Amino acid sequence: MTDATRTIEEKWDLTYRHAAGPVVSHFYDRLQSDGVLVGRRCPQCTRVLVPPRSFCDRCYVDTEDWIEVGPEGVVETFTVVYREFQSLPEPPYAMAYVRLDGADTAILNYVRGLDLREPVAAAAALRPGTRARLVVDEPQRRQGRITDFWFELLP
Amino acid sequence: MRDVAIIGVGQTKYQHRYPDTPQPDLVRRAAQAALADAHLRADDLDAVVYSMAPDALIGVLHAERWVADAAGAAGRPMLRVNTGGSTGLSSVQAAYDHIASGMCDIVLVVGADRVGESGDAQTILNRIWDPMYERQMPLNTVTMLAMQGVRFFEKYGATPRDMARVAVKNHFNGVRNPVSHIQKEVTIEEVESSPLIAYPIRLFDCCPQSSGGAAVVLASAEVAERRGEALAWVTGMGFRAESYWMGDRMGPKAVSDHAESPQLAAAADAAYRAAGITAADIGVAELYAPFTTVELHAVQDVGLCPPGTVLERLWEGYFDLDGEKPVTPSGGVQCANPIAVTAMVRVIEAALQVAGRAGDHQVAGVRHALATGIGGDHQFFGAVVVSDRPRAATAPPQPDGEERTDRD
Repeated sequence: MTDATRTIEEKWDLTYRHAAGPVVSHFYDRLQSDGVLVGRRCPQCTRVLVPPRSFCDRCYVDTEDWIEVGPEGVVETFTVVYREFQSLPEPPYAMAYVRLDGADTAILNYVRGLDLREPVAAAAALRPGTRARLVVDEPQRRQGRITDFWFELLP
Repeated sequence: MRDVAIIGVGQTKYQHRYPDTPQPDLVRRAAQAALADAHLRADDLDAVVYSMAPDALIGVLHAERWVADAAGAAGRPMLRVNTGGSTGLSSVQAAYDHIASGMCDIVLVVGADRVGESGDAQTILNRIWDPMYERQMPLNTVTMLAMQGVRFFEKYGATPRDMARVAVKNHFNGVRNPVSHIQKEVTIEEVESSPLIAYPIRLFDCCPQSSGGAAVVLASAEVAERRGEALAWVTGMGFRAESYWMGDRMGPKAVSDHAESPQLAAAADAAYRAAGITAADIGVAELYAPFTTVELHAVQDVGLCPPGTVLERLWEGYFDLDGEKPVTPSGGVQCANPIAVTAMVRVIEAALQVAGRAGDHQVAGVRHALATGIGGDHQFFGAVVVSDRPRAATAPPQPDGEERTDRD
């Protein structure tokens, strides 16, 4: 047998149409048409869940009311990425979980408008507890996706 | 519930790729090693549990089909288990249940992964997030745990230098483990000057993308005693799931904190209670920690030191190979991460420690060892206690006369 064993190269190209359901659809309807973020309240523990879901995982009951949250909030955690991952965005970029005012949970998105060249300084600027604000893209550019908005730090 | 023994273990060398060994052959190599260690043949098995994490890492879906024969499963019951990073530990728990229940006497747990064969494992791991809200963000296991680390820093005052101290310990240990993927010691300065991947995680804080296989043979006490070859006994187990939503693990109304994991603590507590011991009885712990930030919280969560003392103890050398409470003497996930079997390797290493067979990374006089696994988006937490005697000899009788079970 040969010592030079072969490798078989493959590439996957799959497509899906994921069912979003009424709760996720309403969240993106409001984001796309009104430029606002909405959450769902659990009638039992009263937490306002953002991003919204049809049920509360802790109480295992259906969520009920829609609550508009933000547009300001607080950074709960963050990272700044300096290494490129295949098929993911070109670094550097910052992202953070921000708990918007009126929400009890945090939602993840990019933090833009920040100088990321110096990691220590960027990390200091993004430290948990820092105030941030929601920025929604121009109406004509919105696609009803999570990338229709991002965060910027408040001065 | 019947007592369950570990009567054989097998590991291949872990390395980036196995260009000369396709997946079925790698699985078979691990299975054969464990069977040889147990002095058994495939014919002796009552069932097989196949340990396989997300299929896309090897690029074959329904991946247990491809390896059923290689795992020795043809003609016998077979189950495939997947809980992400905790897969290997969940697989051992499934095999344990087969035997403890009385349904089987000898069960093989086997798996293999080839993480280095995919273009970029982190691109695949991005696909573990939901397609509605989170996947369009560049989440992967590095960024998810970078954000865990940031919260740990805030809560406990840790710094990147503390992370580097963990990396130094694990790399030191990995050199003493012949099957480890990474075989190189590092200094604090080398860790701190390694490329920054996702703040605060640097390259030497990360696990490698590894390939390799592992297997364990579990057996009933009757079989183990008849054969007289128990390496160790599985005396306690616990498993807990956490909310999927990372953003729910932060803020004043959070039930848990993404800085650490109360569910890992609960899983470990369940395992200790089942074994009739406390964390103080654990002689060595093989903790699942693919990034240094995870080890910092896991050590506290499983009770190896009081909350808030991990940094002080870390620098005292308390968790070093020659310390009071050695953590991950094998070098751990930081030195080899063949994802499908990584948590199983923690159980194997715990058994080797109890059996006195851990070679250059042996800790003296281990009677109880802890193995943990973590899967999902820091979401699935498992713990197994491995002891040098059966549970009946370890756990005290229950006051209510009820036999204590490992699950509560």
